[in-house]
Amino acid sequence: MNNQSSGKKGDILLEMRDIVIDGYSDDRWHEIIKGVDLTLRRGEVMGLIGESGAGKSTLGLAAMGYARAGCRITSGTIIFDGMDLMKKSEAAKRALRGTRIAYVAQSAAASFNPAHQLIEQTVEATVRRGIKSEAEAKADARQLYRDLQLPHPDTIGERYPHQVSGGQLQRIMTAMAMSPRPDLIIFDEPTTALDVTTQVEVLAAMKRIVDHFNTAAIYITHDLAVVAQMADVIKVLRYGETIEDADTRKMLAQPEKEYTKSLWSVRSIEKPEERSDDVILRVDHVDASYTGSAKVLDDVTIEVPRGHTVAIVGESGSGKSTTARAITGLLPPSRGQILFNGKPLPPTLSGRNIEQLQKIQMIYQMADTAMNPRHTVRDIIGRPLEFYLGLQGKERDRRLLELLEMIELNESFVDRLPAELSGGQKQRICIARALAANPDLIICDEVTSALDQIVQKGILELLLRLQRELNLTYIFITHDIATVKAISDQIVVMLQGRVVEQGMKSEILSPPYPEYTELLLSSVPEMDPDWLDDLLKARGEAASTPN
Amino acid sequence: MTDQDKNTVEESTGLGDEGYSAAAEVGLIKARRTFSENVWRGLKSAPPSALFGLVVIALYIFFAIFAPWLAPHGEAEIFPMSYAPWSDEFIFGTDQLGRDVLSRLIYGARNTVGIAFITTLLAFIIGGGLGITAAINNNGWLDNLLSRSVDVLMAIPSLIFALILLSMFGANTLNLILIIAVLDSTRVFRIARAVSLNVVVMDYVEAARLRGEKMFWILYREILPNIMPPLVAEFGLRFCFVFLTIAALSFLGVGIQPPTADWGSMVRENAGLIQFAEYDLTAALTPMLPAAAIALLTVAVNFVVDWFLHKSSGLKD
Repeated sequence: MNNQSSGKKGDILLEMRDIVIDGYSDDRWHEIIKGVDLTLRRGEVMGLIGESGAGKSTLGLAAMGYARAGCRITSGTIIFDGMDLMKKSEAAKRALRGTRIAYVAQSAAASFNPAHQLIEQTVEATVRRGIKSEAEAKADARQLYRDLQLPHPDTIGERYPHQVSGGQLQRIMTAMAMSPRPDLIIFDEPTTALDVTTQVEVLAAMKRIVDHFNTAAIYITHDLAVVAQMADVIKVLRYGETIEDADTRKMLAQPEKEYTKSLWSVRSIEKPEERSDDVILRVDHVDASYTGSAKVLDDVTIEVPRGHTVAIVGESGSGKSTTARAITGLLPPSRGQILFNGKPLPPTLSGRNIEQLQKIQMIYQMADTAMNPRHTVRDIIGRPLEFYLGLQGKERDRRLLELLEMIELNESFVDRLPAELSGGQKQRICIARALAANPDLIICDEVTSALDQIVQKGILELLLRLQRELNLTYIFITHDIATVKAISDQIVVMLQGRVVEQGMKSEILSPPYPEYTELLLSSVPEMDPDWLDDLLKARGEAASTPN
Repeated sequence: MTDQDKNTVEESTGLGDEGYSAAAEVGLIKARRTFSENVWRGLKSAPPSALFGLVVIALYIFFAIFAPWLAPHGEAEIFPMSYAPWSDEFIFGTDQLGRDVLSRLIYGARNTVGIAFITTLLAFIIGGGLGITAAINNNGWLDNLLSRSVDVLMAIPSLIFALILLSMFGANTLNLILIIAVLDSTRVFRIARAVSLNVVVMDYVEAARLRGEKMFWILYREILPNIMPPLVAEFGLRFCFVFLTIAALSFLGVGIQPPTADWGSMVRENAGLIQFAEYDLTAALTPMLPAAAIALLTVAVNFVVDWFLHKSSGLKD
């Protein structure tokens, strides 16, 4: 069975020619992939990038000869190591999957069985296919855990999925993929769900292990800076067609197509900062805790100037979202108070009057769950108009259309349900819902982090324009430094429920940094293929120098 | 906009200065189907068992509504001959008092099914409302009070409990409906609370609370539409159980009271005829007819519920 590594580095491992894949929706078959070619050599990492709906994942799965439910591969050839997968039986293809071709999914948390130990799941395919004995495979898995720099590599495998963090789970999934020593691994957005500091560790581990075993890989992502670290060659997809194919360095240095350039330009928005002393909201020495647990906010003081943007940054669990909950009244502070326009706000939601509720609005990270799936756009935006402003009937509908225009949509959206909108449109509707209340302050909780770069850019530009036109104040919660640069005037850095640093954007983003800000800033991937290597080298040196 | 227009918008927007245009995406999404289109599509894809169930239910409803016009004789009209054999005038004979069995069967659809339907509806209003309220108040004092009270009610076997209550308050139709509705609402409460718990944690419910919405609005507009599929499926099942409970109570003599025609009591009143099977088979069949009517409706409702559950649970393949 163990017939891999028959070829040398540089031999062609996977060749896909003229692939056409259809998807079924609305009672018809649509072409999702429209004749794409792909060639991958042994030991090579290919980055597959594009916005959502470009067909990246569909193409990635097709490399295993697999089509998702509701999709079918209609034509083309897929030659994997000399075998035509299109002509192979389903059983023969299954025998390849999980042994010679492995797949690492976006959400590791959803891909593990919560009822089995991690190591059992890591070696399952390897043992079942008889590549190694159970004892051998487990010993190898521990070695892989060590190579992936997981803590306690000898015992971590005995834990269950809920007992390890998201970043660790993603690395264990990489170990699982690596266990049978496949020739090809397909990584489908493996770091998208992780925060920046974790992402760096996972990327480094994946890169090292792919290099080490000379495995070929297809790396699917919408984040260019990430792909720049991982890939030798990059393929840009859009609407199921290849836009551009090139060597990573060449593509980063001089992209040929307009579309590729537009992917690059996303990080280029930058708002000039402005100073202001007109404070609209002051979070004054606030402590907060969830019942029965330790303090999640510890002496937090934040001042928000009117008509400007304060970005709160920090990794998950740093208390960013809890600060928002305290401001909105969902979590009453145990100490301290919140002053809005100089007057203290009642700590609980039920203590606040309609006007106080109206002036502070919130936009959520996941637009999917922030809108009732059974309500139409008319209900969603219309409700605050009725509720706060008392608008009814025609008046309400007129204002509704104005709001839709403000967010660059039109009246054809009025009767849609959220499921009939794209990710970017959903977030726009959420913005319109917040605007409908005529608020002074909008709290944006990671509003762009679930979106593609190009859509992100559109949303950020929209928010900036609305701020200029309506003199809105934003509190922008995010872990993405590019977003912070794009939108903020002031920055608050949080760690473990405390404010570590706070000030104007230019002050925070220029050295010298406090230790944590430094870690956060240096973890943001840059468009430089050597960035990850340099960073790891620098961190390695810093760690070996005793201070 | 026509299809052509959409395409040109998409192309012309292309990737010029913006890169992304939300309006250009309009063309990528299909218009919504109307409600009647959806119903028709659903019916076309329904399995034969569900179609059979729907037809049977429709027939029962038809008989229930038009009973006075369809029945050959009055509901409580007494003819001189009791236990008359099947004949042209009395198609299924007469009962122990000389009432036409066929007419009582038809009126029974109205009484038994109608009362069961009203009772189930009431059980859902009580149990569903309190269940969602408890979920919104998750682990608060109200939730605990309601959940523990429901536990107490559920601890007592419901048929015996219903018998006790009916003999305490008197066996009339109103009491019957209220008592069974309250007893059955405990089951509905459990389900409504469990499915609502998954919905109350959603951001849109939080958004409604932040907006300052009242409890009733959150319950009725935000949560209820999202838990409808399991509740509707449960409605079908509950309806069968309520129906059987009423039939059982009638059989025991504390359910729907004479002279109102009711299938449960019809079985009891004519049960003695079964022993004449060896002399006259049709006479023995007479008490079986209302029992068959009960069984057929129960099966039909369950076919439809199975189909609905299959559809709404997403287990399509």
